[in-house]
Amino acid sequence: MKRIVVVGASTAGLAAAETLRREGYDGTLTLVGDELHPPYDRPPLSKQVLSGQWDVDRTALRTPEDLAALGLDLRLGAAATGLDTAARLVRLADGSTVPYDRLVIATGVRPRRLPGDGVAHVLRTLDDALALRERLKPGSRLVVVGAGFLGAEAAAVAWRLGVEVVLLEPAPVPLAHAVGTEVGQILSRAHRDHGVHLRTGVTVTGVTERGVRLADGELVEADEVLVAVGSLPNTEWLGGSGLPVADGVLCDEYCRAAPKVYTAGDVARWHNPLFGTPMRIEHRTNAAEQGMAAARNLLHPETGKPFAPVPYFWSDQYDMRIQAYGYLRGHDEVAVMEGDLSERRFVAAYRTGETLTGVLAVGMPPKAIRPWRQAIATGTPWHDALASNAL
Amino acid sequence: MRVELDEPKCVAAGQCVMAAPDVFDQRDEDGVAVVLEEHPAAELPDGVREAVAVCPAAAIRLAER
Repeated sequence: MKRIVVVGASTAGLAAAETLRREGYDGTLTLVGDELHPPYDRPPLSKQVLSGQWDVDRTALRTPEDLAALGLDLRLGAAATGLDTAARLVRLADGSTVPYDRLVIATGVRPRRLPGDGVAHVLRTLDDALALRERLKPGSRLVVVGAGFLGAEAAAVAWRLGVEVVLLEPAPVPLAHAVGTEVGQILSRAHRDHGVHLRTGVTVTGVTERGVRLADGELVEADEVLVAVGSLPNTEWLGGSGLPVADGVLCDEYCRAAPKVYTAGDVARWHNPLFGTPMRIEHRTNAAEQGMAAARNLLHPETGKPFAPVPYFWSDQYDMRIQAYGYLRGHDEVAVMEGDLSERRFVAAYRTGETLTGVLAVGMPPKAIRPWRQAIATGTPWHDALASNAL
Repeated sequence: MRVELDEPKCVAAGQCVMAAPDVFDQRDEDGVAVVLEEHPAAELPDGVREAVAVCPAAAIRLAER
């Protein structure tokens, strides 16, 4: 094995590359990224970068020295456009090809767009964040389409900058599908408390220079529009490669998508044995953990370990720090274990079947949440979790 | 090796503490990471590099010397 190619130069790809080196791989290691920036961190984009608190440099995932020490064949600004698994070649946008003995696919996701939203902002890349930041002037009007975590964070930052914010959400309760109706209601109340105009149950049919058109014909006027309605996995370049693709690159619990091909991060859909279900996770922490796991399993398939993490995410909105462990989607029940929903200071536990599968905490000491992670990792039965409240 | 923590970057996820509990802790009040052992033994505890890699804020760095 002399040549490993990692496609995708963000968190998952970098974690894979670093792990390969750390585990002793000393052959050619090509890291391909479609953006020109060296690997940078995305969570601050909708927080410290958008608010202007951080310079661009602060988002670098590694110092130039640490990056250089990896001895990478770094191909930035070079989108992968095709994969030939028989010839073991990756094709790049500039027409060149890169041969591999082993491949890691970590091409992430891109923002979902609305039909005809060409003039609207999206928020995925550093350039996206800088372009929006430039336009957020006090007194200007911003419409955010989509009140998910990204839209909510951006709305909170814009509000703090003195922007008039309207937040439009098609669902009756923002985030209900992810965190449940009750918790979703509590989180969305923060917008209204801060004077961000949250409108739920509205469908956007178009974006124009003057604002956003709703299904009933109303025009919501805006100087700038941010579309934050979810993302799509970047798998088009794999067309014709024979790799299994269905809302992500499908892989087994070892992150293996095909012989000699592994995948990690936002783009990877794998079977998580801890929860007994396939999942694709768009969280910062998962990208790093899965990049590491894929790299290890690639180097040592004979001692491969199933990738069975407890997913983790956090979100900062106004004065709230939201933290969650586990897999909340598709849950059957939510129970408040500590604190009080109405005070926006609580730990909520999530039941799926008869098992504790997740917790979400707001305004609680982070240290107090860690035992819950352990309880999820060990598959604690729900009735035990209830009985040992606060563990 | 020296463990460097960029404290303002820390998002209080506690991933480092889970990876290397002998080297990291979290402050009680806000969960921000604390380096307990700035100069771990030359033979780095396994979890330290893991902590650097999984830190969701890229706030931990290992510096030579």
